[in-house]
Amino acid sequence: MELTRFPIIKSILKSRWPQLVIFAVFLAGFVIAILAGFIGTPVGSRNFGIVFVWIAWWAILILVAVPFLGRGWCAVCPIPVVGDWMQRGKLLSPEGDSKGIGLNLRWPKRLNNIWIQNIAFTLVALFSSLILTTPLASAAILAGMLFVAFGLSLVFERRAFCRYVCPVGGFIGLYSQTAPVELRVTNKTICATCKDKPCYNGSEAGYGCPWGVSPSGLAKNTACGLCMECLRTCPNDNIAIRTRPFGADIYKPTGKRLDEAYKAFIMLGAALIYAAVLLGPWGELKLAAYQIGSRAWFGYAVAFLVFIFALLPLLFLLAVQISRLITRSGTALRKEFISHSYTLVPLGLMAWVAFSLSFVLTNASYIPISLSDPFGWGWNLFGTATLEWTPYLSAVLPVLQIGVLITGLVWSVHTGLNISANPFSRQAAMLQALPVAGFNLLVTVGLMILLL
Amino acid sequence: MKAENFARLLVLIVIVGSAMGVIAARLHNPENSIELRGKMPEAGGWTPDVLHAQVGEPLHLRLTADDVVHGFGIGQSDHPVVDIEPGKMTDLTLTFDEPGTYTFYCTRWCGVNHWRMRGTIEVSGEGSGESQETSQPLFVTLNIDIDAPHPAEAVPVTRPRLSDSPVKAGLEDRYLAQDYYFSRSPAQVYSELRADPTYQSASDAEIWALVANIWWTNTTEEGLIEGARIYAENCAACHGETGAGDGVFADIVQAQFGKPMHGMEHVSGKPTDFTDSHTMLGASPALLQGKIIRGGMGTGMPYWGSIFTEQQTWNLVAYLYSFQFDYQETE
Repeated sequence: MELTRFPIIKSILKSRWPQLVIFAVFLAGFVIAILAGFIGTPVGSRNFGIVFVWIAWWAILILVAVPFLGRGWCAVCPIPVVGDWMQRGKLLSPEGDSKGIGLNLRWPKRLNNIWIQNIAFTLVALFSSLILTTPLASAAILAGMLFVAFGLSLVFERRAFCRYVCPVGGFIGLYSQTAPVELRVTNKTICATCKDKPCYNGSEAGYGCPWGVSPSGLAKNTACGLCMECLRTCPNDNIAIRTRPFGADIYKPTGKRLDEAYKAFIMLGAALIYAAVLLGPWGELKLAAYQIGSRAWFGYAVAFLVFIFALLPLLFLLAVQISRLITRSGTALRKEFISHSYTLVPLGLMAWVAFSLSFVLTNASYIPISLSDPFGWGWNLFGTATLEWTPYLSAVLPVLQIGVLITGLVWSVHTGLNISANPFSRQAAMLQALPVAGFNLLVTVGLMILLL
Repeated sequence: MKAENFARLLVLIVIVGSAMGVIAARLHNPENSIELRGKMPEAGGWTPDVLHAQVGEPLHLRLTADDVVHGFGIGQSDHPVVDIEPGKMTDLTLTFDEPGTYTFYCTRWCGVNHWRMRGTIEVSGEGSGESQETSQPLFVTLNIDIDAPHPAEAVPVTRPRLSDSPVKAGLEDRYLAQDYYFSRSPAQVYSELRADPTYQSASDAEIWALVANIWWTNTTEEGLIEGARIYAENCAACHGETGAGDGVFADIVQAQFGKPMHGMEHVSGKPTDFTDSHTMLGASPALLQGKIIRGGMGTGMPYWGSIFTEQQTWNLVAYLYSFQFDYQETE
């Protein structure tokens, strides 16, 4: 269904004001979260910076925004706002003369991938025990992201930070491929005859794609930030936002990349390790993860990196190799490894949903408390500061998690069958998908044991 | 351009306004309250750890904890003890009638160094002059070396029971006098009673029961109850709930103080076992009072002189002897 067919939706999306107001509100929240980290209570569960970022925002992001809207969060994320303003010289629309500041350099071609995002996310994940619980560390990371985004806006053209550096943007992009929403051109022939390409180069009506994407070439959601600039600039009204089946991008045989494949391993491995550290029964493992800088932590860090970057991919490679042997596939191992690793996209997304459900529902009662007393200074703005911590839905949580994990497994097997699709034999396709499905089953069982 | 300017203004107001609003709210302090933050001693203890107040003028405190639950109490005073929860603010107003230096301390077992979590309130101004004159502690007056070993000269075969006493009301007054009790260990008293011809026919168990009787006579049930409370709140973490020196922090204390200082080789570093009659029955109340108020030199034993009142200390001492004497069958 084409959502932009409805005039009210189209006009809201084309207008800059709703987006700007959301930017402004989120920017205020961002500033308050950073300030709360620097001058509020160091007790994470009572600090707005921790509660609103790592519980409220994370819940909305991973449980709603990413699964249903893909990069919907990127459309309203306040991080690039100030950098955009400086770069463009305008905050609202490109009408008028004023020009921005900045070097507007092209992003290095060698870095035209998500490896930096992979590394950035891995680093955040390694220090997550500190970042997710210590307001000061959390604020430093948020402020750091703001400044890096700002700095990169002054050096490089467009939103280099969002596209290539943001540790969050990397996995949102990966999982946005499964979202039931997409922005695409309606008729590629029209684009072929469009001379000025205002969707990429900009015009009086709007800016050239901040994500450096040419909408006519969009085949998957990964790099489309849903910023709506192309909807505003297209002189031919050729941009549409449509609903589609879940997982549409990952079923396609093309557009699969090693950096994205590794992102899938990083995300899945991190979910497994987080579940073991935060929900597992191993006190020493938890201590090792929390005692950053200690010998035990270095051991944990090495194990973390080996598990994510070597063990998990090697086991997966073994499954792919078995698949090749039993089907006598002539396709290169590397290519099969990359394409089958996209089965981990729905599996990883559902693993994160299942894992997040446990800590979000357990800690959601801190949200109204923190809303009334965001800095732990004894305020009671809305009369909710004295509420006691209460875990929600703990009785149905395991059922929910099992349902989500099984959905992830079925979805990943379905994806595998699509990837293995053999036009001549469905049986051969099933045989090819089997070893990888076995790997995914093992991971799912492991997650179930850890989470439940 | 109007729209652009409005948009810029909006974003600037949001960024600057929210930041300034938060900072202004932080600086707003109409009562001149002092924010007193509690952290585990290893992380810094109290901040600030020295407070200043004037006699008769309210001292507004905003108490908060940065890590675990702490408590706030003021030594040797009847100001109420309050719990301080992590990330929450607790308002407390104190008023002092007398000048002096008061010790405030954590009242919750927050960690192995919990007892180090102390600070002082310097109260200046004119008081009523009714403050008690401080006197030398008894162990100083009696010239007791509280660091010297004090093995009991004699110990009973079984735990002395008050009910075994053959002459409950017949002890001579000199044995029941407070000074006599304060200055002698139970073993010394046993030896003196054993040597007294009056009790020649009494068995050893009966003599020990007489000793228990003397100790019982020099305390009260209320005193023992308060001693038990103080013990549970302040001592049991190391010395154990049953007095056996096996509290939850005992192993850590021993690990920290396992190597005794020069000249203190008799000190094991392990919290004292109050159920061990060889050491406990060799200690006089004055000696125990000294150890409590001064602390154990070179050991993990804190000093409590600035926290407990003199009567509280004596009640605690009396309670410690209940690990040796069975006062139960007194009815």
